[in-house]
Amino acid sequence: MQLEYFQMIDRILDLNTVEKTIAVEAQVPTTSTVFEGHFPGYPIMPGVLLIESMAQTSGWLLVALMKFERMPFLAAVKEAKMRGFVAPGELLTVEASVVHEGSGYAITEAKVKVGGKLRSNATITFSHVPFPNPDLRGHMDAVARRIGFPSQAIA
Amino acid sequence: MSSTFDQVAQIIAETCDIPRDTITPDSHAIDDLGIDSLDFLDIAFAIDKAFGIKLPLEKWTQEVNDGKATTEQYFVLKNLCARIDELVAAKGAGAA
Repeated sequence: MQLEYFQMIDRILDLNTVEKTIAVEAQVPTTSTVFEGHFPGYPIMPGVLLIESMAQTSGWLLVALMKFERMPFLAAVKEAKMRGFVAPGELLTVEASVVHEGSGYAITEAKVKVGGKLRSNATITFSHVPFPNPDLRGHMDAVARRIGFPSQAIA
Repeated sequence: MSSTFDQVAQIIAETCDIPRDTITPDSHAIDDLGIDSLDFLDIAFAIDKAFGIKLPLEKWTQEVNDGKATTEQYFVLKNLCARIDELVAAKGAGAA
């Protein structure tokens, strides 16, 4: 996880395109400029970054279901709950599942867990469009390799 | 038709916090009710769930953008309800 670059996901643990579920791992760094301000003397992971982690996890699931032909963009976050603090150095497991696949949009439910215990959850809406340019597609391919996207899952 | 309209009007009222009595079959979802594209996603989700269909929003949007259709054809509620009825009927025919 590199908070400053919005690289929230380290590794895909499981991707099931039949069940439409995904689980990823995300190691919160022990140090980051983010923690210098949030908060001085009491560093905790900002809730918005937990939401971003759930959005990215959901996004990879949708990218897989759409076979890398379309890019999901965050459209709405509902029922986002921060149930417990996440501290520097903690290992997150982020899970997501598809609630609904509409025409040009999708809705997921996602959870952040630490040691099996729920720390955050949200219902997230995405709009999705064909990749707007080759650069973004190339970036997503590179990230997919970095996080171990199982290409056989969409073969 | 009336039942479809009643359901859709209720969905819109609840989703967008619009007084139910201001929603009529001739209301234009965008021009009259002020529903934007993000709110319409919530409405589409609720309609998809309620009727067991998938509103072809992308196709409709493309047709409007290409000048092949008007927004009235899809977003005036009586027309939207007619489309929903068609989708429900097509789904039923497909399942038969």
